[in-house]
Amino acid sequence: MSEDQTVTIEVDGRELQAQAGAMLIDVTDAAGINIPRFCYHKKLSVSANCRMCLVEVEKVWKPLPACATPVADGMKVFTRSPMALAAQKGTMEFLLINHPLDCPICDQGGECELQDVAVGYGSDVSRFVEGKRVVKDKDIGPLVATDLTRCIHCTRCVRFGAEIAGIRELGATGRGEHMTIGTYIEKSVDSELSGNIIDVCPVGSLTSKPFRFHARAWELVQRESIAPHDSVGSSVNVHVRRNEVMRVVPCDNEAVNECWISDRDRFSYTGLASEERLTRPMIKQKNGWMETSWHDALNQVAQGLKDVAGEQLGALVSPSATLEEMHLAQKLVTGLGSSNIDYRLRQGDFRGQESAYPWLGQSIEALETLNAALLIGSNVRKEQPILGHRLRKAAVAGANISFINPMELDMNYASSQLVNTPAGMVDDLAAVAKAQGASGDIIDSAEVGDAHKAVAEQLKTADNASVLLGNIAVAHPDYSLLCSLAAKVAETSGAKLGFLPEAANSTGARLAIRTDGLNATAMLEHPRKGYLLMGVEPAYDFYNPALATTAFDKAEFVVALTVFRSPTIEAAADVMLPISSFGETSGTYVNAEGTWQSFAGAVSPKGETRPAWKVLRVLGNMLDIDGFDQDSSVDVFNEVKETAGDRQPDNTVGDATDSERKVAAGGLTRIGDVPLYAIDPLVRRAAPLQQTKDAISASIRLNAREATRGGFAEGDRAVVVQDGNRAVLPIEIDPNVPDSCVRVPAGLAGTEMLGGQFGEVTLEKA
Amino acid sequence: MKVLTDYIKSLFLLELFKGLNLTGRYLFKKKFTVQYPEEKAPVSPRFRGLHAQRRYPNGEERCIACKLCEATCPALAITIEAEPREDGSRRTTRYDIDLFKCIYCGYCQESCPVDAIVETRVYEYSFENREDAIMTKEKLLAIGDKYEAQIAADIEAQAKYR
Repeated sequence: MSEDQTVTIEVDGRELQAQAGAMLIDVTDAAGINIPRFCYHKKLSVSANCRMCLVEVEKVWKPLPACATPVADGMKVFTRSPMALAAQKGTMEFLLINHPLDCPICDQGGECELQDVAVGYGSDVSRFVEGKRVVKDKDIGPLVATDLTRCIHCTRCVRFGAEIAGIRELGATGRGEHMTIGTYIEKSVDSELSGNIIDVCPVGSLTSKPFRFHARAWELVQRESIAPHDSVGSSVNVHVRRNEVMRVVPCDNEAVNECWISDRDRFSYTGLASEERLTRPMIKQKNGWMETSWHDALNQVAQGLKDVAGEQLGALVSPSATLEEMHLAQKLVTGLGSSNIDYRLRQGDFRGQESAYPWLGQSIEALETLNAALLIGSNVRKEQPILGHRLRKAAVAGANISFINPMELDMNYASSQLVNTPAGMVDDLAAVAKAQGASGDIIDSAEVGDAHKAVAEQLKTADNASVLLGNIAVAHPDYSLLCSLAAKVAETSGAKLGFLPEAANSTGARLAIRTDGLNATAMLEHPRKGYLLMGVEPAYDFYNPALATTAFDKAEFVVALTVFRSPTIEAAADVMLPISSFGETSGTYVNAEGTWQSFAGAVSPKGETRPAWKVLRVLGNMLDIDGFDQDSSVDVFNEVKETAGDRQPDNTVGDATDSERKVAAGGLTRIGDVPLYAIDPLVRRAAPLQQTKDAISASIRLNAREATRGGFAEGDRAVVVQDGNRAVLPIEIDPNVPDSCVRVPAGLAGTEMLGGQFGEVTLEKA
Repeated sequence: MKVLTDYIKSLFLLELFKGLNLTGRYLFKKKFTVQYPEEKAPVSPRFRGLHAQRRYPNGEERCIACKLCEATCPALAITIEAEPREDGSRRTTRYDIDLFKCIYCGYCQESCPVDAIVETRVYEYSFENREDAIMTKEKLLAIGDKYEAQIAADIEAQAKYR
């Protein structure tokens, strides 16, 4: 039977067309005929172990599981015949034998598949009088709570771990009644997608720990939104009760996030309740910060901005700001006579001619169909977990995924990794380019090894290949070199060049912000008299926090539009204006594939906070700048749409292969990647995420050889010196860091006084 | 004919005597007026009065924050907030009944899986401030502690009808 053959089957008297070989349950689902199920999940493999989907098929003497029965021509299926009903009722009775009757204290109560199916297909009275099984709960980390007594052994979580998350973290041990789900050895579930096991669990066995006991499904109002923490722009549903965000769950969107979301998107809402939330405007006075009214604060800001108007004003905008906010910020800055505005706060190099509207180079869905990919300076699995998942799908299907990184990454699929020092990364990429026959200044001098040849070969022979640049590459001091080399590699191999943008609106920022003035780093290197900061924390959101802190200290006037107050903002700013955060504001993000996704606020702004676009609009009015008469964020959106709506993504980059190299080989080089739970102010305040294993604390990581050379041992405290700035941090031995490198992650408390994310450092004994 | 009978009836004040007959009969019957508040009328064990929250004999509060009462309340008088207690058990941090909203339908009592929220026989209460009408968890538990013996007896008596 060929794959594309169509067969006709009859279900409950209805004729249905189906692909031969499709599973019965897929066909009935598509036709809207409901068959109860527990273990079947559209994104997971079929295991057919719950037996809930038993249906009667004509000429078969026993009921068959719909999830594991392929359709055949002329098949007659009865889902509600006496035989099917008896089978379903019997299965339900067996499933309920060991299921505790604790629905009143179960968080799944009200949204439980077992509850629903029991009402629909079960018996009304239990005949079971014997004792029930009890299973001890396991602690599997700060995100997922377990109540394993409720488990019905559908193994969806086990299959999720093996097939989607790519790490077998959960498994079933024991047989029959003694079967339990667990981690085998006591450990936490650490996948960056682990929260999804909460959704796949059909019962209350795995529930959300931060949400535990807080609300019931029926109290919650569901509002659609877009996740704000990476460039995927996952569709999420924000669940709201009494004007408070109670939890965030995924919303099905096949083109973007399928039915998954990363833990970062799922649990970051917990940061909204942070004590550091700024709810009233504040002005810095001689004797400290004072709360004030919006009127006074805005007056002061308008006066302050007027005083520094012209090119002495610089605006630094978070790449997680919405398109509308960025557009108004650009207008305000232009209106004040300045051209200095930037959102590329963590970019390490601005020398090259950048692409006009950088994007992924393909749709997110298309990542799955790649045959080969080369990722440069990207920890895609942690930086954009959903894109990482798509690439993993491609890898599982046979694609060759290679990485050029300054450290060995823990990947959940087979990949080849070229690990080298930051300076060596450029050489590696040049060698790949050379192996492909490209030529150029650095390319000709590169030494080609077998690994480079292999990567070059893979990219060249693949029908569908891509070269992708990630966050680490962007922060690299020779980003312009990496960029143009990547473009060369892509060009000679026929691969698509793509960028894995860092933040929710990194792609959209290009549409709203003209970066023809000073760039982010130049604005700090040549301090301005006044700064407008939006959604950023000086110590954690910049490539070079030391530089940023000094520049803001020296400035005459700094206004910070911020969701949170923190010591570093308080030190830098003269006025803090409280703006609304994720879930409270409406706006638009453009994701990595260039899709414009608008969303509305789910709750009203907390306290006296106001959406940033409103604050900017009022400032525009107070400064008598034209074009600030929008009534809603939709008006602003329409303006952006008019000016930039027809811009097509474009990844053409200028050739900068002849630029001088900024990171020299030799000495100790710092690798300052930004850990996934340190990327923006909201995530940094999400307490449950900060308790996970991925939330590393600041330390000096180096390999054993490098440690012996310096005379350090694990746990010692050492001083890391960068550009004369010193930080005392503990030493950690990390075999993944290459020789002559130290990994001192950025964005963490304890590293704020250091310089750029990459650069020469020395280690001293504390 | 009708005119004639009506004339006789009104002439001899028949309707009046009929009425006086009824009055007279009640004059000599046993009185049932209750001298409230000195005397009190009997109250059914099913009476739905002031609410109370109960405890188990070991002192543990019964309420497990399942929120079924909140969901079933037709007057939206109940507000519950919950979170894990230190020992990990599911407990309310806030359990308010707004007695101005409450219509004393008893659905909360019906829906409670652990017989935690009950309506007692208490009907003598008043408020001097509006906020006093919000029965908080502490107040409800105090009422429950005070009337536990009677509440338990009433539930026992009604158990066979449920």
